[in-house]
Amino acid sequence: MEIMGVINLDNEQDFLNELTYFRCGAAVPFAGRYRLIDFVISNMTHAGMTDIAVFTRKKYRSLMDHLGKGKSWDLDTKYGGLFILPPDWNDPTDISKGDLQHFHNNLDYFYRGKAEYVLVSGSQHICTVDYQEVYEHHLKTGADVTVIYKKVEMLEPEHKHCRKLETSDEGRVIKVTNEEYNNNVYMNMYLVSKKLLLQLVEYGIAHGATHFFNDCIASETANLNVQAFEYKGVYSVVNSVQSYYKNSLQILNPDFYRELFFSEQTILTKVKNEPPARYLQGSVVSNSLVGNGCIIEGTVENSILFRGVVVKKGAVIKNSIVMQRCDIQENSILENVILDKDVTLTEGKRLIGNEQMPFVIPKQKVI
Amino acid sequence: MNRKKECVAMLLAGGEGKRLELLTKNLAKPAVYFGGKYRIIDFPLSNCTNSGIDTVGVLTQYQPLVLNSYIGIGSAWSLDRKHGGVTVLPPFQAQNGGDWYKGTADAIYQNINFIEQYNPKYVLILSGDHIYKMNYAKMLKHHKQKEADVTISVIEVPWEEASRFGILNTTDDLRIHTFDEKPANPQSNLASMGIYIFNWELLKSYLIEDAQNPHSSHDFGKNVLPTLLQDGKRLYAYQFEGYWKDVGTVESLWEANMDLLENEPQFNLNESGWRMYSVNPNQPPQYISSRATVSQSLINEGCLVDGNIDHSILFYGVQIGEGSMVKDSVIMPNVKVGKNVVIEKAIIGENTVIEDGAIIRAKVGDERDIVLIGENSRIMAEEDTVQTKVH
Repeated sequence: MEIMGVINLDNEQDFLNELTYFRCGAAVPFAGRYRLIDFVISNMTHAGMTDIAVFTRKKYRSLMDHLGKGKSWDLDTKYGGLFILPPDWNDPTDISKGDLQHFHNNLDYFYRGKAEYVLVSGSQHICTVDYQEVYEHHLKTGADVTVIYKKVEMLEPEHKHCRKLETSDEGRVIKVTNEEYNNNVYMNMYLVSKKLLLQLVEYGIAHGATHFFNDCIASETANLNVQAFEYKGVYSVVNSVQSYYKNSLQILNPDFYRELFFSEQTILTKVKNEPPARYLQGSVVSNSLVGNGCIIEGTVENSILFRGVVVKKGAVIKNSIVMQRCDIQENSILENVILDKDVTLTEGKRLIGNEQMPFVIPKQKVI
Repeated sequence: MNRKKECVAMLLAGGEGKRLELLTKNLAKPAVYFGGKYRIIDFPLSNCTNSGIDTVGVLTQYQPLVLNSYIGIGSAWSLDRKHGGVTVLPPFQAQNGGDWYKGTADAIYQNINFIEQYNPKYVLILSGDHIYKMNYAKMLKHHKQKEADVTISVIEVPWEEASRFGILNTTDDLRIHTFDEKPANPQSNLASMGIYIFNWELLKSYLIEDAQNPHSSHDFGKNVLPTLLQDGKRLYAYQFEGYWKDVGTVESLWEANMDLLENEPQFNLNESGWRMYSVNPNQPPQYISSRATVSQSLINEGCLVDGNIDHSILFYGVQIGEGSMVKDSVIMPNVKVGKNVVIEKAIIGENTVIEDGAIIRAKVGDERDIVLIGENSRIMAEEDTVQTKVH
């Protein structure tokens, strides 16, 4: 295998308020049965990558529970597979800070892997990018580093926090900027040869750098041949409650749904043994995603129900996201709401959020 | 020395299931789909896991490919164990010849060596064509309490139907004194479920004896059990209460599926304490469009519903086009239904394509009112008529 993967969660903030009180962003449930990290792992395994490391820093219990030994992605192999690499808190020889430290503390992962190239990615950019295509582009252009970007039609608030690429006509990256009005959104993914990556890590450590991409690649575009790869498929960025809500509901667009889930590149996740969803007499469901194990007797409209949600008689759910095993009892009303896992809404309650600013209820609340 | 297992389960899964017609053309009966995501064999295998029985031999014979690849190493049921787990046991040839399994008892006889590896005290015999939830550990406890040689699980059936079953006549203490195979005038309504627990040493000696008898048809019900009874062995009945259904015919398969659609079904798949395991395909959540209506139905992951579903079951990956109506039907995996199709009281085999405007329902005068369409078919609407042609 030519490429090994690093899913670098070091720089991702806990951007989803209540949803990230107890878990890191990568472990946030998304699209009815997945977690954000599933998309990047599935893209990696689809490209034939068999060595994948996750750099995780904080609140990684639920992430580890989800990933396990990587069985769901066929990464439970005798050699290679999935490596969850939490930070080394007490390394006395460690002189760097930031994610560069994480790379440096895990040099063994890179040395032991047989691949010649490394693909580094975050978890917030939902896409179905084909990394084999990126690899071919990398070889063809003779790049030192290939960074992946999406040319978005319209800049949305969530893109404000993303970095942008300034490129030459030939596709070489001239600058990575924080510019607000540039449509070339950098997707937090890059491909680099292992040899160069290790050199850059050593160089960065020696020169007191902290952030691997910013300090060793983005600021060195004059010295390195950094090429841009344009991704053209379905795309969302999840880096705030608003963008989480908006991009979740975007999946209810049938074209988006088909392109995200029914391309050859299947999204894999940890499976649960839930029976098929049960629609009882009187249920009214429209324009919604429904996970297995749900029992629906009420009304569900423009919403996403994760697995095992119970919607009792007379309950109405509109424009909402309801996570695993929530129990919505008789005659309760939900509108523009995100319910985290295991929330119980007792009889006759009304929760109504704002379209722009959904109401978020944390895990295990009884209301 | 081999580590001892208290109880080894032997699951008879080689049956052809002729009465399921098209559904078993390319696969054995235990591999037939049921309940929106399961195959029939999931039920006995899940019962084993939930009952703490971690060593299961699955005896296969007829069309084993799908069944073998489905069972795999048993990880779906947590039966991928280092000592024990699931083992698929097809018929084989040895130096002195070999043969297909001639009957249920012969199938076990030919696998004595498999059972001996675990040196068990008890052997549990199961069949792969029933839908039920049963705690075999409770049955084993009953077997021990009665100091039985054999325990047969029974279920009370309605008296008027008793003459269709193998009926066991017992004392008040549940000790079996006679068998009646499909009796005209039943003396009891306790029907055998085809689930047996034997003391292994005893069973082994009877199997060896039975194998040498040229007049035997090597069947548990016909030969081995009556012989044991004649010899005065201690045969006991274990009474099972709950939902149990033999899904050996198209009618009973359809009925058992429909039973799941009650608001309070007798057979509840959502019970968290007794989970039914199966091989889970990785599919996105189902999408119900704004034009769709769904009522009293079971729908699995990966379905795209744009039409109207009433009192039906959709397996994974089924697509239903705009304006189509599915009623009282079972649609197996990856079936594509076009626009303005009507499907009523039908079972549609996997990967079938039903083109726009087709109408699938039994015609007046048909022998049976359930329409059965096999896998990988293509159904077209004939011009200007409601007749449909099956290809």
